[in-house]
Amino acid sequence: MFQTADMLNIFQKYRGDAVVIPGRGGRHWIDISTNEKRDIPLGDPAMGGHASFGMGLALAQPDQKVVLFDSEGDVLMNLGALVTIAEKAPENFYHFMLDNECYATTGGQPVPNAQNVAYDVIAKGAGYTKTYAFDNLEDFSNNIEEILSQPGPVFVAMKVFPHIENEPIGARRRWQTRSRDQVIEDVQQQMGVSSS
Amino acid sequence: MAQVESANLNPETVLAEMKKNGVTHVVWLPDSETNWLYMLMKNDPELDLIPVSREGQAFSVAAGLSVGGKNPIILIQNTGMMESGDSLRGWCLGMNIPVVMMVGYRGYTRHGVNSDTAATYTERFLNAFGIQYYLVENDSDAERISVAFEEAQATKRPVAILVGDEYHGFH
Repeated sequence: MFQTADMLNIFQKYRGDAVVIPGRGGRHWIDISTNEKRDIPLGDPAMGGHASFGMGLALAQPDQKVVLFDSEGDVLMNLGALVTIAEKAPENFYHFMLDNECYATTGGQPVPNAQNVAYDVIAKGAGYTKTYAFDNLEDFSNNIEEILSQPGPVFVAMKVFPHIENEPIGARRRWQTRSRDQVIEDVQQQMGVSSS
Repeated sequence: MAQVESANLNPETVLAEMKKNGVTHVVWLPDSETNWLYMLMKNDPELDLIPVSREGQAFSVAAGLSVGGKNPIILIQNTGMMESGDSLRGWCLGMNIPVVMMVGYRGYTRHGVNSDTAATYTERFLNAFGIQYYLVENDSDAERISVAFEEAQATKRPVAILVGDEYHGFH
């Protein structure tokens, strides 16, 4: 396992001008990103939907590289999304998945069969042509340039340490600095999409 | 013959409405009420079909497409719409996504007496979410589809078309 923030610091060096959906890595990415207006920190609109959102955006904007940091809890909630992504096969979609083996935001309860799921194998079986799995930062660091330089969709499973939250939701610190509307307006401007 | 045709909702009519309103992508999961569109849509080079395996997925796909500047339509059955409540809430209502969802109204009977709870709860579900909806049963109702698109754009919210008809074949 490795720290999400350490991984994101390495990713940042290779990000280029990719549009980044930080997903469950959002609270770390906000302090690391150097191109905030091309970030789409949505928080958690509804669990299980980030992969489909990322795919939709990638299909709509084929000239933009779209990078998503999904989570294993989200992927499990909508495994069927993987086969749709594999069928539509957006070449500009890079699907990273943070696997902390638990539901960290609800107190750290384990996801089903937490330690024994090979998500890269599931993605491969769903039809992704290229998949990776990393449980140490050195391997991730050695491969990230190659991952981002090949056509997608690529799936990358990563074992990360959980950051467990036990506070009531209403008492938690809000890490987002922009409203959801502002986030969308900013990224649409970056992509040249008119927000009619 | 003319009477028979006017009693039906023909797929060509629905497709024409979709094109008139600039639909770019159809996010869909098959059902018996909207099955009649499939062959037409599949053969239309201007439409990109995105198949999903559970209806809730359709709402986040549509949100991504919409943020990316495209104009999707969601094509699902009422059963799947009800299963999708949280995705509809979070990915479309919560993100102000102007999307039309065309919903097969399984169990619908014009007289209001039905034996299928899918129909019983359909309009109650939409009312609970505050989603405007229009019933389309035949070709003469088809202009309501354009009304739904206009309303979705004006309000930046999902608007539903309830399809109260089943497959009758192509014309």
